[in-house]
Amino acid sequence: MSYYFNLALRSLRRNIALTALMIGAIGIGIGASMTMLTIFRAASGDPIPGKSAQLFVPQIDNVGPQPNAPAETQDFLPPVLTYLDATGLMQAHAAVRQAAMYPVSISITPSDRSRNPLQVDARATYSDFFPMFTVPFRFGGPWTKTEDDSHAAVVVLTRALNDLLFGGANTVGQNLTIGDRTYRIVGVLDAWHPSPRFYDVGGDTFSGEDQLFLPFTRALDEQMPTVAALFCNGTGAGTGWDGLLHSNCVWIRFWVELPTAHDVASYNTFLHNYAAEQRQSGRFHWPPHVALRNVMQWLSYNHVVPPAVDTLTNVSFALLLVCVLNAVGLMLAKFMASTGMVCVRRALGATRPAIFAQFMVEAGVIGLLGGAVGIGLTKLGLVSCRAVLEKDLSLLTRFSISDVLIALALALAATLLAGLYPAWRATQAQPASQLKTQ
Amino acid sequence: MLKMRRLSKVYRTEVVETYALRELTLEVQEGEFVAVMGPSGSGKTTFLTIAGLLEELSAGEYWLDSVDTRGLSDRKRSRLRNEKIGFVFQSFNLIPDLNVYDNVEVPLRYRGLRASERRRRIDAVLERVGLSSRARHYPSEMSGGQQQRVAIARALVGEPRLLLADEPTGNLDTQMARGVMELLEDIHRRGATIVMVTHDPDLAARAQRQVHVTDGQIVSC
Repeated sequence: MSYYFNLALRSLRRNIALTALMIGAIGIGIGASMTMLTIFRAASGDPIPGKSAQLFVPQIDNVGPQPNAPAETQDFLPPVLTYLDATGLMQAHAAVRQAAMYPVSISITPSDRSRNPLQVDARATYSDFFPMFTVPFRFGGPWTKTEDDSHAAVVVLTRALNDLLFGGANTVGQNLTIGDRTYRIVGVLDAWHPSPRFYDVGGDTFSGEDQLFLPFTRALDEQMPTVAALFCNGTGAGTGWDGLLHSNCVWIRFWVELPTAHDVASYNTFLHNYAAEQRQSGRFHWPPHVALRNVMQWLSYNHVVPPAVDTLTNVSFALLLVCVLNAVGLMLAKFMASTGMVCVRRALGATRPAIFAQFMVEAGVIGLLGGAVGIGLTKLGLVSCRAVLEKDLSLLTRFSISDVLIALALALAATLLAGLYPAWRATQAQPASQLKTQ
Repeated sequence: MLKMRRLSKVYRTEVVETYALRELTLEVQEGEFVAVMGPSGSGKTTFLTIAGLLEELSAGEYWLDSVDTRGLSDRKRSRLRNEKIGFVFQSFNLIPDLNVYDNVEVPLRYRGLRASERRRRIDAVLERVGLSSRARHYPSEMSGGQQQRVAIARALVGEPRLLLADEPTGNLDTQMARGVMELLEDIHRRGATIVMVTHDPDLAARAQRQVHVTDGQIVSC
């Protein structure tokens, strides 16, 4: 192999212009496709590998069939639940872990009263949120179920907020003033940035980040309003806080952990029965209409990957195909120009597979060099994308080591594919005819 | 060493059949130095390419060192070429990207010999053709005579049983041609079997036996 590698380098040096064209063609194709693939992968990747198939969002139809709705939305289910349904599911406790949640905005009063209050995004949820999503802790841990039940005034801070407020110290046990109430810090998260933020897809799916977590029950006591949109389907949000809680507005996200297929089947049955009970009680006037989607199904259902990214990714791969076809032509020209050398090698004992291997190694070297050029162009492409993409999506334009490896693998695969036909053609050279024409 | 019986080579197109060789029968003994002569288009080179297993024969039999070559796979033909035959071409056919050492090494690479064994053989054969000091030179840096010596070294390095030479002095001036012929004669004296195609009667006269080919047939032996 090292012999063929050495021959490939010599061959590529022989015709620098042709070599540069081939490397350039592959590089441009890789640059274009990797630019879009990087964004596509970040947008569509598994945000919680190893567990995404065990985490589910239950959905319940709380408005019934809409005769005037377009046909394509007849099967629509709201992505969030009413308070009544969220409470009903929490109390049933039909899953291994479960957490209702909603986003809030809170005002933290610094202990140093001379500093201005700090407004941060927070999440009201249940203690199961942390083990369910395998959230890492730097200090302390989540609050307890007892604290859920007792509506305790406790909080968990993210590492970033703890760094900002306390310089990164272990603050477990210390107090924090939110509004005019005192909360006890029970835990500080380690770095945790699921992307996309699967547990709350919406406006800031890629850029949004909760800074603080507090018990759902406590947030309700404090009547902390959601900062997400309320969907009331024309029924209104009622009057006051109690009116909202008893309304048909949906605003609470709900996740359950179902580790086995049996758990999933059982929960599906439970969800169906729950909707049937609501019908029997006279709340719903339609047959049960429910769904249970795991993380990846949930991201797809919510079209987390914008259609434009999808389309551009396809277009960029079409460009890669064009570049590969160009490379086929260039390699064919280059390899055919080596017919004399091939005939000499065949006369000296080279088999056809040996000649084929020699040219495929040369194609591989072109691929690796093209990949290197492609990586440079990808970085350039991502910089350009940052300038034109929406802020939320522009955060996806990070180029990681895995992206570098993918670019090299893609370039290698593309050029090896492009080299197959030219290399095969080279092996078909007839040594006798070449030697006769000298 | 080389036995051809009623060997024919036909090139067919949709409209015409051309006999390059017609029922050619020839035997070359081990250690012989045979010159194959004939006018242009007589079939000399076709004879050589078939003898060198670079081309399939259309009919007849060809035995090389007691191996029946009919119906051999590409892999087996390549192996036979590599182990039993050395080629010397009129236009040297050195690979321009490779220096002298690397050019001579080519047949050994396809034989899968260890690096130390390759080095030993290459050093020895370069010494034999008087080019030890030029091992790192490239073909473009050498005279025609020197290039043909490199080609001969490349043909000999695999220690073949048969050396096939196609107009080995055709591209050389008289002085260089004389040097190359002396080298071939020396190689023959050391026991090699040589079949040389040439149209030069003076060169052919230096071989042990002359074979005349006309219209694909041997007219005198």
